[in-house]
Amino acid sequence: MNKPESLQVVKQRRDGVLTALVDSIPYIKFLNISFDRRGDELTAVMQFEDKLIGNPAIPAIHGGATASFLETAALIELAWQRAWTMMEDGQMEAEDVAAAGYLRLPKTIDFTVDYLRSGLPRDCYARARVNRSGRRYASVHVEAWQDNRARLFAQATGHFLMPRLDTGG
Amino acid sequence: MPDRPETPFQEGTHRPMTEEELRLRVTVAKKFMAALPFCHALDMRIDEAGVSEAVMSMPYNPQTVGDPDTGVVHGGAVSALMDTCCGFAVNLHPDCVIPTATIDLRMDYMRSAKPGERIFAKAHVYKATSTVSFVRAIAYEDDPENPVATATGAFVFSKSSKAGKTGAKGKSGELA
Repeated sequence: MNKPESLQVVKQRRDGVLTALVDSIPYIKFLNISFDRRGDELTAVMQFEDKLIGNPAIPAIHGGATASFLETAALIELAWQRAWTMMEDGQMEAEDVAAAGYLRLPKTIDFTVDYLRSGLPRDCYARARVNRSGRRYASVHVEAWQDNRARLFAQATGHFLMPRLDTGG
Repeated sequence: MPDRPETPFQEGTHRPMTEEELRLRVTVAKKFMAALPFCHALDMRIDEAGVSEAVMSMPYNPQTVGDPDTGVVHGGAVSALMDTCCGFAVNLHPDCVIPTATIDLRMDYMRSAKPGERIFAKAHVYKATSTVSFVRAIAYEDDPENPVATATGAFVFSKSSKAGKTGAKGKSGELA
């Protein structure tokens, strides 16, 4: 029996995998999106910046920025859930998870965004729920809010094609 | 504005718009578009504008890449272009009097966009009721018959006859 890993080691490994997943994608950096992690639960955060504004008169966040944020939250959640199992079962570090192809992002098949109210010039938060995840296809629902968790400003549902994994034995 | 061939989806369901009126609308809409920071950040431009329809595009930008292995642009950036182009098409509907907002937008991704190439979006309003306009759009690099993505959306709409009574007429592009 191996002795249980220290908290620090576990945290470092999980954060390492999350960072590897998120940091390599230029568009996530461009939109200033980051991910808060509590155990396996992720909350996407898009920090407000002037460049996100779509209608300067209100001002409101551009619908395209909102859609991008929601889609990113969905994609990362899907990849994260897959990577999580791999990482936890095998006590694998980011490089090993990446080498096995678990950090490859799924491809969006379709994505429908409901704009419930205009996005204010504040930080945005989003959580994605994977409703079904098969070997090839997945269905994900995402909710986004700003000041109040109960007052969503947008929600979305999408279908995704999961990347093939390297099962080289 | 370059000449455009007649498109089959233009049905006579709205009041006619004169050349002069269309020019004015395009000018106002272009000004409005230039003031949108997010469109500016993605370097979007208006390529064509007609009655209830528009073509917009954005250049390939390494900052909008969603897959670093292949250099393919993130779907969200394409979605942003489609959303903007749909909204612009709504603005070009003859009966439109107030700035629009997206109610919902569905994106279908057919394939990855080619890295390094400019992406175009072409949108048209195929039906406008007194409160909602329904829009379709496609995204492509060079051939509209080979789309990267398609979109369908519902947008906030208000017809001139009713909105005129409340004093909103003529303020297109200025109100929230």
